[in-house]
This record gives sequence, C-alpha cells and structure tokens, in this order.
Amino acid sequence: MDYSQFLYMTEELSLLLVILLVFLADLFLCREPKEGEQLEPSAKSPIAWVVLCLFTVHTLVNLLPCLNGSMEVTSAFGGMYQHSAMMTVVKSVLNVGTLVVFLMAGGWLSRPENQVKRGEFYLITLFTLLGMYLMISSGHFLMFFIGLEMASVPMAALVAFDKYRYESAEAGAKFVLLAIFSSGLLLYGISLIYGATGTLYFDLIGAQLSSRSLMSLVGLTFFLSGMGFKISLVPFHLWTADTYQGAPTIVTSYLSVISKGSAAFVLFTVLTKAFGASDLASEWNRALFWIIIASITIANLFAIQQQNLKRFMAFSAISQAGYLVLGVMGGTAQGQTALVYYLLVYMVANLGAFAVINVIEQQSGKIRIDDYDGLYNTNPKLSFLMTLCLFSLAGIPPFAGMFSKFFIFMAAFNAGYQWLVLIALINTVLSLYYYLLIVKAMYIKKNESPIATFRSDNGTRAALVICTIGVVLFGIMGVCYSYIDSLSVL
Amino acid sequence: MENQFIFTLLILLLPLASFLFLGLAGHKLSHKAAGLVGTSVLGVVAVLSYYTAFQYFSMPRVDGVYQALVPINVTWLPLGELHFDMGILLDPISVVMLIVISTVSLMVHIYSFGYMHGERGFQRYYAFLSLFTMSMLGLVVATNIFQMYLFWELVGVSSYLLIGFFYTLKAAIAASKKAFIVTRFADMFFLIGILIYGFYAKTFSFDFVDAENARNIAGAAFILPTALFLMFVGGAGKSAMFPLHIWLPDAMEGPTPVSALIHAATMVVAGVYQVARMFPLWIQYAPDTLHVVAWVGAFTAFYAAAVACAQTDIKRVLAFSTISQIAFMMVALGVCTEMVTGHEHHGSLGYMASMFHLFTHAMFKATLFLCAGCLIHAVHSNDMSMMGGMRKYMPITHWTFLIACLAISGIPPFSGFFSKDEILSASFAYSPWMGWIMTGIAAMTAFYMFRLYYGIFWGTENKEHHEAHVPHECEWTMTFPLIFLTLITCVAGFIPFGKLVSADGMSYDFLAHFDWMLGAKSCAIALVSIALATYIYKGEKQPVAEKMKAAAPRLHQWAYKRFYLDEVYQYVTHQIIFKYISKPLAWFDRHIIDGFFNFLAWGTHELGFNIRGFQSGAIQKYAFIFFLGAIIILFIMIL
Repeated sequence: MDYSQFLYMTEELSLLLVILLVFLADLFLCREPKEGEQLEPSAKSPIAWVVLCLFTVHTLVNLLPCLNGSMEVTSAFGGMYQHSAMMTVVKSVLNVGTLVVFLMAGGWLSRPENQVKRGEFYLITLFTLLGMYLMISSGHFLMFFIGLEMASVPMAALVAFDKYRYESAEAGAKFVLLAIFSSGLLLYGISLIYGATGTLYFDLIGAQLSSRSLMSLVGLTFFLSGMGFKISLVPFHLWTADTYQGAPTIVTSYLSVISKGSAAFVLFTVLTKAFGASDLASEWNRALFWIIIASITIANLFAIQQQNLKRFMAFSAISQAGYLVLGVMGGTAQGQTALVYYLLVYMVANLGAFAVINVIEQQSGKIRIDDYDGLYNTNPKLSFLMTLCLFSLAGIPPFAGMFSKFFIFMAAFNAGYQWLVLIALINTVLSLYYYLLIVKAMYIKKNESPIATFRSDNGTRAALVICTIGVVLFGIMGVCYSYIDSLSVL
Repeated sequence: MENQFIFTLLILLLPLASFLFLGLAGHKLSHKAAGLVGTSVLGVVAVLSYYTAFQYFSMPRVDGVYQALVPINVTWLPLGELHFDMGILLDPISVVMLIVISTVSLMVHIYSFGYMHGERGFQRYYAFLSLFTMSMLGLVVATNIFQMYLFWELVGVSSYLLIGFFYTLKAAIAASKKAFIVTRFADMFFLIGILIYGFYAKTFSFDFVDAENARNIAGAAFILPTALFLMFVGGAGKSAMFPLHIWLPDAMEGPTPVSALIHAATMVVAGVYQVARMFPLWIQYAPDTLHVVAWVGAFTAFYAAAVACAQTDIKRVLAFSTISQIAFMMVALGVCTEMVTGHEHHGSLGYMASMFHLFTHAMFKATLFLCAGCLIHAVHSNDMSMMGGMRKYMPITHWTFLIACLAISGIPPFSGFFSKDEILSASFAYSPWMGWIMTGIAAMTAFYMFRLYYGIFWGTENKEHHEAHVPHECEWTMTFPLIFLTLITCVAGFIPFGKLVSADGMSYDFLAHFDWMLGAKSCAIALVSIALATYIYKGEKQPVAEKMKAAAPRLHQWAYKRFYLDEVYQYVTHQIIFKYISKPLAWFDRHIIDGFFNFLAWGTHELGFNIRGFQSGAIQKYAFIFFLGAIIILFIMIL
C-alpha cells in the first residue's frame, strides 16, 4: 500500500490530531466536581483555550495551502477519497464557522450544569466536522454514507446536550429518530442505484446509467430525500423547527449553518458527478425545481407566524436553504461558485444573528420576538449588529447577502431557470417583511421593561466582530467571489 | 513605472479613513480636534496629489505622449465577459483634477474652521467633507465608466448630505431633496447609457487604445451616439445644464464653504469631466451629437448669464455665474472637430481649453464663494441690499474678490483671461456664429460680476444695518484660503497648459493658437462691460439702474424670477404628473395593489394557521409526510 496517499488528506489528519489532543487535554484539564459540591458559573476554562488555539492553528494551516491551491482534482485510495482546491475552500469555510460557534459557546458552557461537559461538547462537535470533511471529499457512495452518519449521530447527542432540560432531550429524540429514518431511506436508495448501475463510484455511475429505469429513479429519489433531510428542504424539513427550538442555541446555530452547508455542497457534487451527464439530469432538476419553490415559499409563510426566535430562525434557515440549492440547478461551474459564496455569506450573517440571540438568552433567558421590543434603548450595539446580520440575510445592499443572492440568481438564470428566479425574487421581498419585524421590534416598539443593559462575554464579542467584518466586507470585496470562481471546476 | 504610483491608493483611502473615524467616533472629539483630523488628512492628500502630479509630469513621454498609467486595477464583480473593475487611472486630465480637488478641498477645510465655528454637528460636517472628497477623487481616477458611476452617486449623496446640513431649516431640506431628485433623475439616463454601452461595446474600460476594446467599440458604432448622449444627460444633471440646472441655485442653502467646494469647483464639473473622459469616442463616433452638446452649452451659458444680471442674493448670482461658466467648458468640448493637435489644427483646441478653464475657474470661483462666505459671516445675510460700501470694513475680502472678478471677466494677466480666450478661439474655429455668441456671453459675464462687485463693496450702503452691527474682517483661517487661491488665480494663466493636457496627448505651445487680435477684442469688450457696470452701479444712488428697471419691468421681472422655469417645473410635476399620473396610480396602489397584498397577508395568515397541523410535533406524522414527499418527488421525476 502506498502510504503517501495519506498526504492528500492533510485536512482530515490535522483535524484528527486536534481531536486527539483535545481528548487528552480534556482528560487532564477537566475537574470533576466532588460529591455534593455546588459549582459556580465560571468563565475560566483551560480546555476552551486549548480548543480555540488548536482549532485556530488547524484553520490557518489549512487555509494557507488553499490560497495557492492547484486546480487539479486528486484522488486517493482507489478513488474513494477525492481532493480539490474547491473542497479545501469549503472545508475552510466550515472551519471558520465552527470557530465562531466555539467562540460563542463560552458563556453557555460555563454554566454550572455544563462545566463538566465542556470537553465533551468540543469533542462531539469536532467529530461531526470530521464526518462532514469525509462526506465532502468522498468519491464513493459508501465513503459518503460513512461521513454522513459520522456527522449526524453525534449531532443528535449535541441536540440533546442539555439532557436534563425536557425540550432538549425531546428535540434530540426527534432528531435521532428522523435521522435514522432518512438514513435508512438513503441507504436503500444507494443500494437501488448500485442495483441499477453495478457501481458506487460517483465517476462511474454516470456512464452506467444508460436509461432512466424505475430502479434508478427510486434510488435517486431516496438519495434526494435523504439529502433534503440534512439540508432541511421542504417536505423533509419537519424536524427542523422542533429541533432548532429544543436544542441549545449554540447547537442550533451549528446545525443551521455548518451541517446544512456541507450537505448542500455534497448534494451539488454528487448530483453533477454521478447524475449530471446522464438522462436523469433533467429529472433531478425538475424535482429540485419544485423542492426549491416549496422550501422558499412554505418556510416564508411559516416564518411570518413565529414568535419564538429560534423557531423563527429555523424557518428562515429552511428558506435560505432553498436559495442555497438554487446554485445546484443546472449543475454549472457558475452555480458551484455561487453556492460556496452563498454559503460563506449566509454563514457569517446567520452566526452573527445567533450570537446575539444566544447571548441574550444566556443573560436574560428571553427568546421571544416581543421580548426584543426596545432593545435598541438598552443595548444599542447588539441591536445594530443584529440589524446588519438581518439585512444581510434579507439581501439588502450593500451587505454581503445582496451580492450572494445576486450571484446565485444569476447562476440559476444563466442555467435557464428564469421562472424559478422570479419566484425566488418575490420570496425575497416576503422574507424582507419578517426580517424587518425583528428590526422593528428592536428599534421602534416601546417596552415598559426592556432587556436590561449588559456586557457580552469576550468570546461572543470576538464572534460578532468576525461576523460583522464578513457581513460588511465579503460583499464589497469582489476578490472573495472571484477567488472562489477561479477554483470552480466540475 | 506603474509600481511607483501605488501610493496613489492612499489618496482615496485617507479621506475614507477620516470619514469613518469622524463619522463613528467624531462625537467623542472636541470640535477643534475633529477639524484638525479632517484638515490634516486633507493636507496629506494634497501633498500626495502634488507629488503625484510632479512625478507624473516629469516622466519621460513615449512618442510625445504622457502614458496613461493604471497602478491598480482589480476586478470587483465578474459578470461573464463583462466585469466591473475598481482601480486608479492616471493620465493628464485625472492628475490635473487631483490637484484641483485636493487644493480647493484643503482650502475649504481650513476655511470651515472659522465659518462653521461653534455650529452644532461640526464633526459631522467634517466627516461629510471627507466623504465628499474621497468620492470626488475616486470619480476622477476611475478606470472605467462603471466605477465612475459608483463614485458619481456617492458624490451625489455627499452633496445631498451637505446641502441639507442645517437640517432644521425647511429651505435646506427642500433644497437638498431637490438637488438629489433632479440629479438622480438625470443619473438614470447615465445608467441607461452605461448599460447600453456595456451591452454593445462589451467593455466598461476607459482604455480605448487596447486592440480588443477598440474592435469591440467599433462594432458598437451604430449605438454609440445614443449611449454617449444618454451619458451626457447624466453629466448635464450634475453640471447643471439647461433644463436640468434648477437644483443648483437652491443648493446654495448649504453652508457657503460647501457651495465653494461642491457647487462651484468640483462636483459640478463632473459632467464636463465625463465628456472629456469619453472624448475619443465622441470625436470618432458621434461628432454631430457632440455639437448638440455645444449648443446646449451655449444656450445654458446665455440663459444663466441673463438670470445672473437680475439676482440680488449674492450666492445666487454666483450660482448662475457657475452654471454659465460650466456651460463655457461644455461649449469648448462641444466645438471640437478632431483629435489631432498641432499648429494648423484648431479643431482640437477646445479640449485643452475646457480643461484649462475648469482648472482656473475652480480657483477663482472658489475664491468668490469663500469671499461671499466672509461677507455673509460679517453681515448675517445673503442679500445685496444689506451690504454696499463693504470695502471699508473688509479690505482683504474686497481685494481678493476684485481680482477674482477681473479673472472671471477675462482681464489679463489673471488666469481667466487665458482660459476664456482659448475657448473663444476654439468657438471661432468651429463657427463665427458660435464665436460671437460666446463673446457676447463673456461680455455679460463681466457686466453681472461687476454689478455684484459694486453692489457689495460700493453703491448704497445699508447704514442702518451696519451701525447696529459693525461688519469686520474675518479671522485668519478664513482669509488665508482667500489669499492663497487668489495667488493661484494671479499666476495660473502662465502655466503652459497645452504642454500638459491636449486631446491626443501631444505637447503643443498654446501661444501658437493664441489669437492676439481676438484677445485684444475680448479684453476690450470686457473692459467696456466693466465700464458700463461702473457707470450704472458704482455711485451712492443708481439712477440709471432704476430707469432701466422701469423701462423694461417685464424683462427684469422675468430675469429675476429666472424666467419662471421653477414654476414651469412645479406646474409640470404637480399639475400634470402628480394629478394625472400619480393620483390614479396612487388610487390603483391603494385599492388594487394594497388590496391584493392585504388579501395575500390574510390568506397567508389563514393558510399558516391551517397548515400548522403539519408542524404538530408528532414524530410519526413527520415520518409519514417525509415519505409522502419522497413519493411525490418520485412522481414529479417520472412524469
């Protein structure tokens, strides 16, 4: 066996190293409380520092080669594992997102009930990230499935992290049950595809799919529904609202961006690689066409109704996922660029919004939209940053969200889906309404007892700074888009 | 070669940084500190601009031409074969503009120390000044028409913010809105022109020499006159050409230094600059349309000069004078017939003349406005009737104002004489008609400027007002810019401008084109006009003026009311557009569109309420819907 193949896997290996080091550090640094001892909330946590430092190093190390990455696609282990500069970019985007989530998590993890589980949180999160890495880099359905499961089973543990809180436990149970259900269907779909083509390599499937047999169509359907579950597209989205609401806010933010984004990229890769050239291309495009319309529209309709901010963000995330998948339509190189760029921009805006929601929930326990009435009077800076992020999510210029929407619309338009773009545009206007509801609550509405003025913890501040820089600069700095564009290959 | 100019990026970034700093943290600074930050940044920018100009013009010429340099150009938004770039272009005209803008802006920054002393929002004022300077500098160094458009709009925004600076005054708010709406309306045509141009010519770049661009542009030749004219409409809005000039006189509601900077020296010449930028295309593909521009300019010049003769608000006189002078520059560009420069080619003289006049006009018109600011500061009024006999109280203002008046009237050796004479030569080369018309307007210029001068500094003194409040000369921060700009006005005429700027870049001695006969003639005519103005307006009592007013009351009234053009606009917008177009639309909007959306909202709400059942929280149901969805998708794929 040629061991030099492992060199292609630098990202996975360095993440694995981080995981092992964190595991060791957790063994020695975490202090078990003595019998009957009451823990005080404490911000001091060596393990958090270890994780942040190690993970930052990991992010930077993997970002550096990606800046002068070559265009060629390399594969290792007989084609099971694939590697390209674009994949490195996506992994780096996920890294930055995870880093922001870790920064945000400090306040929540220092609560007494979570102190002993600090290391656990970081470890589980990193394991899901490793799963996503493998999923992104897979060149074979089995590899893909292993990555997918590695990402979703620990995710259920994260959702139920506040295990003594009823909602969290319930959300975890719901998530794991539905995840198993969707994985089962997905696996069945994969086996049908194997039956139809006799291979599970993405590159080979296209050549074998000579005609659209029912078997391959059913296989494709189950694959799409399995991925639809991960990306939370309608009609596979039903778990989203309950899980997002019940899970700890930090986990919700991780779910809404990192997990969703990696799955969307994988959806693009698999559909274009395995089913792009075959007769099935028009079929999955038609299916996605309706899925996108349903996702964007129905999620918007639900979002208007919500009072709980986390539930609200769940529906917002579903509709954003619809926009994200617009980049998959047609399977063009431009679509790939637009998708990755959209993911990057959506990530900073959404994490920024969640950072505010989380810190307010930690400080005051308030999570309803009308709790935010008059927030501007007491916490002007937080309100301002929240507004920036919401504006970016809604796509108001000059924030990054407007550019990302523009590019993803342009990609779909050039791929020939003018009507779809029109419907998406109309929905953008609708979404503006509900995003502005929050802004209105913060700035205009009066409140007798608004949330008291408080000082955010440093981690949250750092996270907000990163997100704000992204929201403001990723759009007007055209370099970001053109850099991603230069790496886009099919 | 281009690397040594990388530092020019600082010319844009420094004012931007100062804007952000003063805008975000300004309220924590004292007035003095904020002003110092803004002014010192501008000082650095001015030094950098001078250094750039020095370096640029001391570069060796290639084939007798100063090369256009692009130190920085990055693709901002790629859109397939078209792309929006951002960068810095240095060529003779952009470098000259850098000097004009940074000089006047620096003087205005210094001047504002005294003028805006103690005003509320002093820091905000300096922040906006920085924003404006940054946008204007970005406009002139744009490497492509789209970048120019972006900064063009930014300039418009900062102008809006500064006109409406005294936001508690109703008139200021109305004026700022008017300025914004009128120029924005014109900019719409600019944008359409850009899009047509980009669509057919497949490039936005100003690099017309590049072989591929030249081929693409040649392929779009049939549409270029239309595209260029639409762009010119945008320029006409910013440069206050008739009939889009109506915003400029009202814009005088802004602080006077702002009028000097934005509405006299820099922003309002953006339209001229735009035509000069696209000049190779105008000459090659749309010469006839270019002459239309010339006639629009000539009419504007005449109209504004006529109105200026009857105004009593000193800033309005200067505003109309500005409109008239910018029209002179437009005319100079419009009368060009060829690119080649040389002794026997007079057809390209106008290009250089226009840029020269732009330069000299910026200096002496800024002086005039800043003098007006000093006067307003001293008597607390804009109206001539409150002044008269001011020469006793304000000697520095008096002398600088007089020199600037002589310059604008075209009396040697002041700078205006040289640049205006070039314009007249160019006009005569195009057609004697145009030449005589422009000479006549030049005579009117001398007349109304000296009417203003005598009205302020001699004439009937408003003793009552002056006794109640004795006018005095302003402090040094305000008089220093006057003196500095006046010195430039005294010497600028002797700059060998033809060696630096010309249509095809070749150096030529402008004395070769200098028609001494014509110079003597125009000088004589200006002197006669001045003598006439002296005769009518110098004395304590002005019997001739009264008689003239009585002899032609209708004409005077019409000119005073600016030929009722504002009323025409009011009528058209309120009586016709609002009444017959907007009202029915509003009805439609309120009843049909709103009704539809109310219905939609109601429907959404009902629907949302009814489909809540899907989101019941029961997991078996979720799985069921999940599976059902998969089946539906399968059917979609099969069918």
